[in-house]
Amino acid sequence: MTAPAAASADLRTAAAGAVLAVAGDWRIGAAAADQDAALKALAALPAGSAVTVDAAALGAWDSALIAFLLQAVETLRPLGGRLDATGLPVGARKLLDLAVAVPEKQGARRTARIPPLIERIGQTVIAIGREADGFVSFVGDVTLSLGRFVTGRARFRGSDLGLMVQQVGIDALGVVVLINFLVGLILAFVGAAQLQAFGASIFVANLVGIAMVRDMAAIMTAIVMAGRSGAAFAASLGTMQANQEIDALRTTGISPIDYLVLPRVIALVLMMPLLALFADAVGVIGGAVVGMTMLDLSATRYLEQTKEALNLGYLLGGLFKATVYGGLVAVAGCWRGMLSGRTAAAVGQATTSAVVAGILLVIGAAGLFAVVFYVLGL
Amino acid sequence: MSSASDPIAVRGLTMGFGDFVLMRDLTFEVKHGEVFIVMGGSGSGKSTLLRHLLGLQEPLAGDIAYYGESFTAAEPAARTQMLRRCGVLFQSGALWSSMTLAENVAVSLEEFTDLRPRDVREVAELKLALVGLRGFEDYYPSEISGGMQKRAGLARAMALDPDILFFDEPSAGLDPVSSALLDRLILELRDSLGATIVVVTHELDSIFTIGSDGVFLDADTRTIIARGNPRELRDHATDPAVRRFLHRGLEPQGGGN
Repeated sequence: MTAPAAASADLRTAAAGAVLAVAGDWRIGAAAADQDAALKALAALPAGSAVTVDAAALGAWDSALIAFLLQAVETLRPLGGRLDATGLPVGARKLLDLAVAVPEKQGARRTARIPPLIERIGQTVIAIGREADGFVSFVGDVTLSLGRFVTGRARFRGSDLGLMVQQVGIDALGVVVLINFLVGLILAFVGAAQLQAFGASIFVANLVGIAMVRDMAAIMTAIVMAGRSGAAFAASLGTMQANQEIDALRTTGISPIDYLVLPRVIALVLMMPLLALFADAVGVIGGAVVGMTMLDLSATRYLEQTKEALNLGYLLGGLFKATVYGGLVAVAGCWRGMLSGRTAAAVGQATTSAVVAGILLVIGAAGLFAVVFYVLGL
Repeated sequence: MSSASDPIAVRGLTMGFGDFVLMRDLTFEVKHGEVFIVMGGSGSGKSTLLRHLLGLQEPLAGDIAYYGESFTAAEPAARTQMLRRCGVLFQSGALWSSMTLAENVAVSLEEFTDLRPRDVREVAELKLALVGLRGFEDYYPSEISGGMQKRAGLARAMALDPDILFFDEPSAGLDPVSSALLDRLILELRDSLGATIVVVTHELDSIFTIGSDGVFLDADTRTIIARGNPRELRDHATDPAVRRFLHRGLEPQGGGN
């Protein structure tokens, strides 16, 4: 092997016309230093020039050479010029012919246009409006389907519902319990630091009990379920969409809402209050652990105080909220899944937006509940 | 000529999305007992036409009728009734992945007939046996090969003994032997069930083996540019785009065969 010779390109004008001399070894990554200069010289030629390629001193070559020659052809084209490539090695000539065989399709090239700010804001608002519209009509579809279910006309497989109940209920219990235990613990820590200063540390039990039972257990459980089950719903329905399974249901004459969405929504709506009940209990236990270890309260004293602080209304209110959140998370997950595109990336996007939409809806509903419950004096 | 009892009649169908028109003024009818091929290059809208025929996408204009009754203008419930006479084999099979093969076939039987569970199972086993999948009733779709998934999809499409069977790219993703077997199966089913068959494909071997009528969709002119038996089109079509397609891109020397 001889050492590679540096690639070079040179445009010479001779009496018989311009000659583009390519020499040396043209390798990708070791392009000719003077190729830009040669292209510039080509562009400066008088219109209609015929340029001959001289490859007498050409060594080894690969795509680098063809790419350069294609640029040369493109440079000459608007000038009405022509590149005579007969001097090239056969392989290179064939590749170049192939590259210029199909002319660029007019209008096919994408031009990046950044719309002005106002237009982008407008487009975003329209898109949000359309999303909201889609969500409302999806909720409507699910409600109609629920109506069919109640009157016994919506059919899905009982085993599907059972499987869903297991997935969103029993299988989720561990993580729900862990998260809510820690939330109870954290609330108690925060409260203890403040209340100890007033010698009122026993009221930690009130703080933790009321906060968990009224709101926190339901919200935390809903957020866990949005990340867990909402995402799972969107991913499985999105994959079914990508695999045309949902089309297959439609053409079979079976409503995908009845068959796929309904069991998921029912399962989560049924399981959420049960999970929230567990969450209430472990939240209070989390608080009690702090009370016993940091505040020297006895377990009975702590639980006694919690019992006094709570009433049935708080408990039922919290469970009601949990039920609503469950419905929101399930509908958001199924909605994004059913809307999913048919590619792997689209399923990923559907899953992401299912979690985001689920959490947003839950927090939004929690805010609304806070106001409504306050006004109603509950 | 079209008659009121043609299984499928399409009139002036224009397909597209929003402002974008994919195909315009498609008019054709599918006669009883034909194997009707929707031909065309990639991106010419063959699969989109199928989606329109099945009501999965709404036309921009025009009308689709099944057995003389407008499908496009029908209410959802009536559409479901019409589609019950149709069976569809989707490109990838589209078997419901959470169910076994027998359960896949059984869904529409359970939904639309009064058969007892035992009879449902028997019919499902029969349909699977017809496509050569005896013994695989309790397999899940992910446990069998692509060719078997296609055949199971076909068994599901035949569950209710449809009058019209639609096939979307039946040979896509199959090796030549499996795809030839599937072609033969399609012909046998046509003969034994007396069904009308609509096949969307660009696979020339299939087109010539099974096709008895068809239309050619052209992406450039955005409409039908040829109509008739694919073998005759191959030998006698005058349109260069059709000739190129049916001759695998090679213009025959001197015409004829």
